[in-house]
Amino acid sequence: MKALDVPRVRVVVRKELRDFKRKRSIVVTMAVLPAIFLIQPTLTIFLAPASTTSNRVFQVPLLFLLLIPVIMPSTLAAYSVVGEREQGTLEPLLTTPIRRQEFILGKAAAVMIPTLALSYTVFGIFLAIVGLFAKPAISSGVFRQGPLLLALVLFTPLLAGWAIVVGMAVSVRASEVRVAQQLGTLASFPPLGAVVLLVVGVIQPTFPVAVGFAVGLLAIDLRAFRIVSQMFDRERLVTGNKASRS
Amino acid sequence: MTVPRQPADVGASADDPEPQPAPVVSAVPAEPGTDRPRRDGADGEFALVVDHLTKRFGERTAFSDVSFQVAHGEVFGFLGPNGAGKTTTVRTLGTLIAPTSGTAIIAGIPLSPDNDVEIRPRISIMPESPGLYLRLTVTENLEYFAGLYGLKQPGPRISDALEAVNLGDRAGDLCGGLSKGLRQRVGLARTLLSDPAVMFLDEPTSGLDPVAAREVHNLINGLRQKGVTIFLTTHRLAEAEKLCDRVAILNTTLRTIGRPEDLRAKLFKTALVVKTGAPLDDPDGLFGRIAAVEGWRSEAPGSYVLSVSDPTVAAPEVARGIVGAGADLLLIGEAQHSLEDVYLELIDEDVEARTR
Repeated sequence: MKALDVPRVRVVVRKELRDFKRKRSIVVTMAVLPAIFLIQPTLTIFLAPASTTSNRVFQVPLLFLLLIPVIMPSTLAAYSVVGEREQGTLEPLLTTPIRRQEFILGKAAAVMIPTLALSYTVFGIFLAIVGLFAKPAISSGVFRQGPLLLALVLFTPLLAGWAIVVGMAVSVRASEVRVAQQLGTLASFPPLGAVVLLVVGVIQPTFPVAVGFAVGLLAIDLRAFRIVSQMFDRERLVTGNKASRS
Repeated sequence: MTVPRQPADVGASADDPEPQPAPVVSAVPAEPGTDRPRRDGADGEFALVVDHLTKRFGERTAFSDVSFQVAHGEVFGFLGPNGAGKTTTVRTLGTLIAPTSGTAIIAGIPLSPDNDVEIRPRISIMPESPGLYLRLTVTENLEYFAGLYGLKQPGPRISDALEAVNLGDRAGDLCGGLSKGLRQRVGLARTLLSDPAVMFLDEPTSGLDPVAAREVHNLINGLRQKGVTIFLTTHRLAEAEKLCDRVAILNTTLRTIGRPEDLRAKLFKTALVVKTGAPLDDPDGLFGRIAAVEGWRSEAPGSYVLSVSDPTVAAPEVARGIVGAGADLLLIGEAQHSLEDVYLELIDEDVEARTR
């Protein structure tokens, strides 16, 4: 397999980010969604009694924050290919020398960059608020959740990666943007199952568990990226029919 | 309009580990059945060689057994009714669709999935819909595609392409704010960016006003002079007749191919148009006596169309006969058939064959 043309990937990323910036609905979604996901954990922490000893009170808000990298990129990723097709830009694009891996990677990176920036910003703001304004007992309770904090850092790009890859897979096959976005959002949730297991206490959050889950997610993401690249068939995208040659 | 032509700076990426060059095919024999002069490139090969190409989608045949060759610098018209397979042919030759069977050589490189990456930098395709990013400016759209083609210094190339389509003063406009015609021109500018050897233009003047359409025609003529091969799909038969060195008419299968004047000659018998001041008293007797006249019909009172074997022989005899009969001869001349007549004749034949 030939190496990726990095400048070409960069060209796709730059164009995508420029396009996002000029689409009001994307800008509004990117501003509002993280704010909403910041409010709930913050309220939970501030409404918790100072005498609380249950780890669950500290864990649930932290894990709630992991919804941001899952939900935020799924809509954009699901739009990425079928959106190009709907606006008639896909065919001219496919006639250029760009390879499918370059296209997919460029599109994915363009969604990943704002997702990570916003997710980590929200985590930072949350931890800053807790550190500065929460009751000392609550604050120290949150900062004692080392494995979960590590999971937040590690899982964010991996969950986002899953949501993006799955969203793009749906986008490659979908014929309508709306359908793609609905399916993409639904399909991005399964990895959150692991998060739920942590929340309900089936799995005890420890450093090895956090790292183990991260490695597992990374392997799944890489495999999913390869599958999506293979699904990206120019003929199918242009005509709706799978390429065939006798 | 001026046509940009700069040294190409398109190339394989530095990241590509020793890309394997696709084999360049040597010269192919001249196309039989045409008398147009060969305009081969320096390496003596055709820009496009299509050999028994077929594309099926399941049970449906998009086009079947299509063969033709296009010389370097030729403007080749590809005509046909809706659903005839024109766009699918362009997509196939443009490496978007794999043929079901048959072979093709595009800009010297055999069409195959392995060679797609080699072929794409040498060609450009303008689909019927220009497909622009409406939230980006004209320049940003072109910068994007210049980047995808790997152009290192796209600025001058973009300026030249915009000048070529008279859009230099709209470079900063958002594409969403442009009219359909202007968008079409941006799409055309995009096809010029990579300095392609072969351009596939699908209805390039669709949506353009007559002045803008004429500018596109001038642009195409300019590209032809620069040696660019143009594969032009159009419904405007007058446009094809005006621009194309040769045309092919497709209706799933290739119905005919050749220079417009040759097609007219092949399909229609030579005819004379005769107009007299008043209807002739005995046209049958008059025309029947002239050996060079093979048949005649009246289209209107005092208007006749005569099938003749040789108009240079028949015309003076017909003129003398009419004057001799005491009639006033208003007009006599060779009947002109347009490419549209050829097109309609062939397509009508297909329709009749299907309904039989």
